[in-house]
Amino acid sequence: MFKKTVVTAIAVAVAFGATACGGSDGDGGGSASGGGDGTITMGFSQVGAESGWRTANTASIQESAEAAGIELQFSDAQGEQENQISAIRSFIQQRVDVIAFSPVVETGWDSVLLEAQRAGIPVILTDRAVDSEDESLYETFLGSDFVEEGKKAGEWAVENWGSQPTFVAELEGTTGAAPAIDRQEGFAEAIEGTDNIEVVASQSGDFTRAGGREVMEALLNSNPEINAVYAHNDDMALGAIEAIEAAGKTPGTDIQIISVDAVRDGMQALADGKINFIVECNPLLGEQLMELAEAVVAGDEVERRVVTEETTFTQEQAIEALPSREY
Amino acid sequence: MPETPSPTPTRRRRVDLSSPVVWAAAALLALLLFNAVVNPGFFGLRIQDGHLFGSPVDVLKNSAPTLLIAVGMTLVIATRGIDLSVGAVLAISGSVAFTIIEGSSDPTSTGTAVVAILTALAVGLLLGAWNGFLVSVIGIQPIIATLVLMTAGRGLAMLVTDGQIITAESPAFNWLGGGFVLGLPAQVVLTLAVLLLVAALTRRTALGTLIEAVGTNPEAARLAGVRSRSITWTVYVFVAFTAAVAGLMTTANVSAADANRAGLFIELDAILAVVIGGTSLAGGRYSLTGTVIGALILQTLTTTVLTMGVPDEYIRLFKAVVIIAVFLLQAPRIRAALSRRRGGPRAVTSPAVPVPPVDGADARPLTPAVPAPARAADGPSSTSDSSVDSDQGALR
Repeated sequence: MFKKTVVTAIAVAVAFGATACGGSDGDGGGSASGGGDGTITMGFSQVGAESGWRTANTASIQESAEAAGIELQFSDAQGEQENQISAIRSFIQQRVDVIAFSPVVETGWDSVLLEAQRAGIPVILTDRAVDSEDESLYETFLGSDFVEEGKKAGEWAVENWGSQPTFVAELEGTTGAAPAIDRQEGFAEAIEGTDNIEVVASQSGDFTRAGGREVMEALLNSNPEINAVYAHNDDMALGAIEAIEAAGKTPGTDIQIISVDAVRDGMQALADGKINFIVECNPLLGEQLMELAEAVVAGDEVERRVVTEETTFTQEQAIEALPSREY
Repeated sequence: MPETPSPTPTRRRRVDLSSPVVWAAAALLALLLFNAVVNPGFFGLRIQDGHLFGSPVDVLKNSAPTLLIAVGMTLVIATRGIDLSVGAVLAISGSVAFTIIEGSSDPTSTGTAVVAILTALAVGLLLGAWNGFLVSVIGIQPIIATLVLMTAGRGLAMLVTDGQIITAESPAFNWLGGGFVLGLPAQVVLTLAVLLLVAALTRRTALGTLIEAVGTNPEAARLAGVRSRSITWTVYVFVAFTAAVAGLMTTANVSAADANRAGLFIELDAILAVVIGGTSLAGGRYSLTGTVIGALILQTLTTTVLTMGVPDEYIRLFKAVVIIAVFLLQAPRIRAALSRRRGGPRAVTSPAVPVPPVDGADARPLTPAVPAPARAADGPSSTSDSSVDSDQGALR
């Protein structure tokens, strides 16, 4: 009987733990009331505060709203769809002018979005898409094009690595996550046909430093010929750098590294010459979001898909950009 | 290494096939052999800058945090407890240390690193004392008591780090993650030191027996003069200490404190390592050697699949299959069935392959929970929950 209790309790603990570590930075919603008199009120539901990228994303939206004179009602879902749905419902009850949110997951949004539609409140998706057959449920989707990011990485690889035999280790993001799938696809597409570049190993480092390091250690042992790394985010690239240094090789020279994100630590490593190229995944979409919100509320036609303005960084550009980097 | 003394010294056998530790060791050996065949470079060790490098070293190094915590967890489980909060303690310890280093005026100095390490360990001890207090003084069930810290702990760590991943360059601190002693990674040497210390403390003195007595029957142990409350409290403080040290290691390993992800689910890995090693979750008899083997199996599995390049979708499945195989080998009923089919003379003539009492349909991978004094003279694996109860009755 004791054993059964233990097993049940562990199961509960696992379920509990899995949801509990989403984040505890409860920011709470504002207490402002609905709009009127010309000012636009926006209800925004954020995923959580799980990474530096996300924190920068939140800050950008809050600052841009203030600058644009839009009243923002911010709600942190702490990584849970349930919280997000109830936040959106409360936005509808408060009759905000426009609702924006970064969906925690892709599915399960139809009914709450239908409620918003019936209330006549336009919806904008940011950063992540939803998987819904009825595309009329939202006005537009503003976010990065992950496939494009992978392509940019691949194009740089072809240009700089294409002339000599290059054996690439690919550090994938969390299995099944859209950025991981799309960045892999874009990269593969770009390097196709370049015989000199070969991805010899590809493993998931779960978007974390520890994961990047452990996978890289194993790959360096199993594939000693590796002389290049393509990491799906900066954190894994930083972990890989530790592994490469520990194995007595020089990251950036012996083993060249391409990464995606351009968070501060990644940019620092790029400026220090440990990473060779970073494709930006821009969290600062606040300004674009406010422009879209104003257009949508005014009843203007907007593009169904708006891609965030994103750039790429070489080592020289990183040294230049680093002092003014916001995140 | 001092190990569980044979409970029945009167019977001499070369290899006790009913011991789960033997089967775990066999599984580890098989796994290594598998690697030798499939990944020819697996055992390739080389000296680089005076240090050892290669997959075996990676296995040892990457298993260090889990192993360290599993050693502490073994003692907790031996007292019939469990600690789910070790992952959170690990995250808090790393976060505290790096916040101190990052915030200091001289982040690279050794003094700062020492202050950071000592503070983090002190916080770990405090958290352990809290868990121990809830369990031993208040009497809350261990799984509930430590669940509090497991869920709240990561929040605490995020408060400390402000939800950010904190990075800092401190050579003295990072030695914990990337340093070497006699050509071996510092993490491995540290873990080995703690392991030997625990082995000596619990097996060369009566402490180990007392812990087992508490786990077998706290009330009987108390009546027999064992101070069960302080022993229970101590093991929770100790496991939190191991978690804090592991936190320092993992943080130093990547030079970054990630309150969100560091040590996520490590409590389950640690518990799994203990269980693979043959220590029963029902408390009582425990095996440190088993725990070491368990932790090594888990890490060897991970390194194996990474080296082989198993697609990520299959990694968990692969691991699950291996671990289930180990548990099945350890289950007395399965072994009994196997030897009967083989028709070996052993199964017919010897009572050494016991058939457990029919008290539950599940296969039991766990060792008996009876300490040496209370053990019946026969049947190393014949004990079930019900017979523990009868033993307890006898003790009263």
